Amino acid sequence: MATSVAGQASRPDGIRLGRAVRRFGWTIAVYVLFAILMVITVIVKPDYGPFEWNTLTLAALPLAFAAAAQTVVVLSGGIDLSVGPLMALANVLALRATVGHDLKYSVGASMLVLLAVTLAGALNGAVIVVTRVPDIVITLATSFIWAGLALLILAKPTPGVPLDFQNLAQGSTFTPWIPNALLLLLVIPLVWIPLRRSRAGLAIYAVGSDRNAAFRSGVNLGLSRVLAYAVCGFFAGCGGLAVSMTTGVGSPLSGTLYTLSAVSALVLGGVSLAGGRGGLLGPVAAAYILSLIPAVLIYLGIDPNYGQMIQGVLIVLVVMIGGLGAVLRRA
Amino acid sequence: MSTRAVTMVRLVQQRSILVLIALLVALAVLIEVIRPGAVNAYWVSNILEFAAPLGILAAGQTLVVITGGIDLSVANVATAAAYIMASQTPYGVTRGIVAGLLVGVVVGLFNGVGVAIFRVQPLIMTLAMGLVVSGSLNVYSQAFIRSVPSVPAVIHTLGSGTVLGYVPVSLFLWALLAAVLIVGLRGTGFGRLLYAVGDNLQATRLAGVRGWQVLLANYTICGLLSAVAGIVLAGTVNAADLSLANVLLLPSVAAVVIGGTSIFGGSGSYSGTIVGALILTVLNSVLTLLDVNDAVKQVLYGAIIVVLAAAYTRVLGRD
Repeated sequence: MATSVAGQASRPDGIRLGRAVRRFGWTIAVYVLFAILMVITVIVKPDYGPFEWNTLTLAALPLAFAAAAQTVVVLSGGIDLSVGPLMALANVLALRATVGHDLKYSVGASMLVLLAVTLAGALNGAVIVVTRVPDIVITLATSFIWAGLALLILAKPTPGVPLDFQNLAQGSTFTPWIPNALLLLLVIPLVWIPLRRSRAGLAIYAVGSDRNAAFRSGVNLGLSRVLAYAVCGFFAGCGGLAVSMTTGVGSPLSGTLYTLSAVSALVLGGVSLAGGRGGLLGPVAAAYILSLIPAVLIYLGIDPNYGQMIQGVLIVLVVMIGGLGAVLRRA
Repeated sequence: MSTRAVTMVRLVQQRSILVLIALLVALAVLIEVIRPGAVNAYWVSNILEFAAPLGILAAGQTLVVITGGIDLSVANVATAAAYIMASQTPYGVTRGIVAGLLVGVVVGLFNGVGVAIFRVQPLIMTLAMGLVVSGSLNVYSQAFIRSVPSVPAVIHTLGSGTVLGYVPVSLFLWALLAAVLIVGLRGTGFGRLLYAVGDNLQATRLAGVRGWQVLLANYTICGLLSAVAGIVLAGTVNAADLSLANVLLLPSVAAVVIGGTSIFGGSGSYSGTIVGALILTVLNSVLTLLDVNDAVKQVLYGAIIVVLAAAYTRVLGRD
């Protein structure tokens, strides 16, 4: 992302194309895979219409946010195993804050919820930076803290998210083929593109790519890492609100599955767990793929219980092919 | 810092297990203060009984972490092993136990192939295998099982029986495994290879070690130990459901970290993990005694693990 446009323009087209394929190849492949899956879906279910598409976007919305959250932290060279509980925290806070209120109040309250969860994410990062305990340990432990807090705020699943607020995600303001749930995804580029183009965003990539080099280039390591965790908290908060809007329910356990699914989406989306490589386009598409699989299974009349198994196998295959490629290149 | 203080710090750094044991004792004292008379032979027996499955689960985790990896499928494997053991018991207890253990070996082997041969990041590989295992278990339970699985008597005895009134039967199995692991890690070539591979895979390769064989064997052993832990746990709670051991995933990693094994690999010991598992179990007992609700308990549990890990990293000056 740091290469100058002028430098690229002076190169022959062939090299430029080669580089583009190398850099975006995986992402393109993910979108092609999604397209193939969509074609299969339409073949299996010929009357696939706006309703089914809307259902898919609703199912994929929280996962896409979860994947974005995890990706930002992984790009900075860390990992956050508390993404799911952070989403649950946002989800139950949103229910408590909005129940029985009108749309304007609900939107305002959900902004405060976003702020709170962003701070919780930043706290994750601050604890990791200050204590120097490996991120995986800290976020595993804080996942208990956020999950416990969510349980404290709301002991059991409770409906009551205002309908107007739910309609922000469930309806389709323009045409049925562009449901609101798809438009809400725009939050991701709106936050991410300005950030990535700023010094702070570049620093996140630098820290994830090579911590020593980043330090010697004058990057504030601690601050950059905390920022990454804060952005992760923000996207996780969006994910939690998405759960509220798409289900209408506040549930302290709603986040449980998202931690692992987010990592799955990230890996499938071509982001290197080693950090510093990748973007958000791939993981978001991967979130759609992972949400489409159970739907296809239902259309095919297969027990959706196979969904989790197929997700796991798909990820194993993808990472093994990726690993095989790396091994062969080395040989 | 005075010379004596420096000596103290060195002593603590070299004998970190002493600090852990001191912490364990302090927690026991705390319980005795909260509820005088609570710490007795029965309590100790109870703690050991509940620490045994965690300790065995964390044993596999320790081996994997020493090689610089992590296994996030241990809890799923333990659950699957216990469930399959219980569901196959109607066809014979031996068949049930063998089937349960096989689950561990097969999943461990898959993890090992992914990590060692295909060079997949351990975190992703084991996470994905965990998904596959729990997904398959769901399918298995709905498609093939008609009766509620029941834990055979011999496993119930293994998990919750006692000898001479106080000594848990599972302690014997745990002690046996612990002895094999501690001696094996220090005294055998394979054990030392685990540290070497965890410290520097490239260097061991240049020294002529086939690292992939070591890792493959290691993940398989971890899978097997997870299965054993699951079966013991099924005996302890006398039930096998689809989420039996899932709560033990974080504690299995926490026990290893608190026990002083570096998450980056290359150093650590199983004796530390044993004390770590005991500390976590006693901690649970403290929180239960405090009589707070589950939510507060969870928050405190997480917070205490953060504080412990932070203090530990500070005192030992490790990153």
